[in-house]
Amino acid sequence: MEPSELKRSKDSPNSDESTRRSSFPDEVLERVLSLLKSHRDRSSVSLVCKDWYNAERWSRTHVFIGNCYSVSPEIVARRFPKIRSVTLKGKPRFSDFNLVPENWGADIHAWLVVFAAKYPFLEELRLKRMAISDESLEFLAVSFPNFKALSLLSCDGFSTNGLAAIATHCKNLTELDIQENGIDDKGGSWLSCFPESFTSLEVLNFANLSSDINFDALERLVGRCKSMRVLKLNRSVSLEQLQRLLVNAPQLAELGTGSFSEELTFRQYVELESALSNCKNMHTLSGLWDAKGIYLPALYPVCTHLTFLNLSYAALRSDELAKLLAHCPRLKRLWVLDTVEDKGLEAVGLNCPLLEELRVFPADPFDEEIIHGVTEAGFVAVSFGCPRLHYVLYFCRQMTNAAVATIVQNCPDFTHFRLCIMNPGQPDYITNEPMDEAFGAVVKTCTKLQRLSVSGRLTDLTFEYIGRYAKNLETLSVAFAGSSDWGMQCVMGGCSKLRKLEIRDCPFGNAALLSGLEKYESMRSLWMSACNVTMNGCRLLAREMPRLNVEVMKEDGSDDSQADKVYVYRSIAGPRRDAPPSVLTL
Amino acid sequence: MENDLNLKATELRLGLPGSDEPERQMTPRPNKRTLSDIVSEGSRSTTEEDHQDNAPPAKVQIVGWPPVRSYRKNCLQGKKDEVEGGTGMYVKVSVDGAPYLRKIDLKVYRSYPQLLLALENMFKLTIGAYSEREGYNGSNYAPTYEDRDGDWMLVGDVPWEMFISSCKRLRIMKGSEARGLGCV
Repeated sequence: MEPSELKRSKDSPNSDESTRRSSFPDEVLERVLSLLKSHRDRSSVSLVCKDWYNAERWSRTHVFIGNCYSVSPEIVARRFPKIRSVTLKGKPRFSDFNLVPENWGADIHAWLVVFAAKYPFLEELRLKRMAISDESLEFLAVSFPNFKALSLLSCDGFSTNGLAAIATHCKNLTELDIQENGIDDKGGSWLSCFPESFTSLEVLNFANLSSDINFDALERLVGRCKSMRVLKLNRSVSLEQLQRLLVNAPQLAELGTGSFSEELTFRQYVELESALSNCKNMHTLSGLWDAKGIYLPALYPVCTHLTFLNLSYAALRSDELAKLLAHCPRLKRLWVLDTVEDKGLEAVGLNCPLLEELRVFPADPFDEEIIHGVTEAGFVAVSFGCPRLHYVLYFCRQMTNAAVATIVQNCPDFTHFRLCIMNPGQPDYITNEPMDEAFGAVVKTCTKLQRLSVSGRLTDLTFEYIGRYAKNLETLSVAFAGSSDWGMQCVMGGCSKLRKLEIRDCPFGNAALLSGLEKYESMRSLWMSACNVTMNGCRLLAREMPRLNVEVMKEDGSDDSQADKVYVYRSIAGPRRDAPPSVLTL
Repeated sequence: MENDLNLKATELRLGLPGSDEPERQMTPRPNKRTLSDIVSEGSRSTTEEDHQDNAPPAKVQIVGWPPVRSYRKNCLQGKKDEVEGGTGMYVKVSVDGAPYLRKIDLKVYRSYPQLLLALENMFKLTIGAYSEREGYNGSNYAPTYEDRDGDWMLVGDVPWEMFISSCKRLRIMKGSEARGLGCV
């Protein structure tokens, strides 16, 4: 940043004094601060004094907005004049599970309009749970000549036509990352919209899309983008096609395969194995749809240096997983389906001593008749073999307090502990007691715990434990748990670092809601649905805390006095004006 | 000891508030059901089809639970449908150690011996004769199949008609694993 570029009005009354007293010229301060990347550090820096606040705002190039309604685009643009990269999150997390009405909001367009005026040199946009239309994508594509990176996670409202606009107009695009979105897939022709002269793509992820793409266009694209390091294909890409792509892109660091099953000739199999073994930089592997054990050996050469293996779309059996993992000694992150069962998880414990993260997803989450999947035994087996484990997401149909106590004894460094016992309110299946002691053990032992999701039959005791011990907890998810207001009161009173609290189907009422009165301003948001909160309770909260937005979503046919779904969040932008009729702002 | 969570007050249901429904959907099931429990329950409900008041209520799915993203649900469902759509009778056949699979049309065969002969010819191996007591003892190969529940069963145990209606895919096991099946 050139000193001559710096223009600011020193209208602060203390400016002369502070310039005299300050030992750093502003230019130096800004230069130093420009090296700060963490947005939390930057927030702290901005609070030191007015000079530092100004220096920080002028040197900030990336802004992270955890709740799009906490601030307005105008306010952001006014404070930060030099933004190149924006991360925005919109809807409450429970929208992923259909608990938020369709047209709730979080539309990106108003933001884009302001950005086009104030940040014409915007390069990156990362959105999570936002609503985006094709018109917005087209607007984005033509408004920012330097635009480089677009990442959409769990967004909706757009179709492949919007992607076509991006591919057509963004001449400097380096990243197109489309993940897990509600996208209207109208066909694969969007990929053919990248011009033949276009060579800058480094990240391409279209695994989300189901339509066939023009493979020739893809092959040419991959061939000419020599800096490509991340390529995640969709299911329509065959094994034979994968081999042809890999031959031209051995430099890939992250690969998401297409469908991993079809009939290959022996020669095709050998060629595939050879192409994979040439990928010496590959550390992340995903995709593997419909993977059949028979072809997995082709992956062995890549497995030796893999650190992240995502098998959550490949319904492997325990023996198939075990054979594969024998070749993956360096694995740090593993995502699997519960088809691998406890035996498969035993293999994890035996083969992956460096494992830090494990996610086990349910293959048949809605079928109660199936007695498959994983149990407490699998989790315990992993904990014995993987002492470095600190992130777990585990869907199971049975659990015991004793097992969890053993697990955290083996792995005391958990930062993220998300346990989902799939039958709501299910107790310890051996002792028939509530799962209170399990989560008590978690919070007592894992002092670094930042994120916790609880499940099973839980009384207020669980929440007493959480309030008393989980002093670093930032995110808590609760469902079908607790006995009375006291539970939630314990959490609100004890968890000083709490930022996000989401609750559904719990017996917490107004007293619980209002116990957090002073806390909500230091939190990002609170969600309560199907609890015992009433409209009056919400009105009281809204009245007492004017800097909070208190929104209630009513369901058809429900009692007038019940607040079916409540969403509370701090905001400096005031109540939002784009709420649909089903959302009442109090 | 607390055992009443007052779930009724917080129950998420489809009916209007005030209308009562039997409290069966949300009752936690503390005991793991054994296979025999499921089988007996299943047969019980079919005989009681005519007695509406005695029949178990339809399972109500709780919105958004378990917390699995819609995207992930749809992906896996797509795969499931693909597999079950094979009641056009074409099933995949894998043989341990072979680099690729084959597909056969089960409709073409009328009996187990016919099927086994076809498999022997296709893969150039010997499976031999089935005996109820010892399976395919004496052979290096054992034909198995995956049924609708996802379990791997020995080919030959159930009547032919039942077999072809429940068979999703075939796997011919080889070697010690196969020989061990005879003693099960």
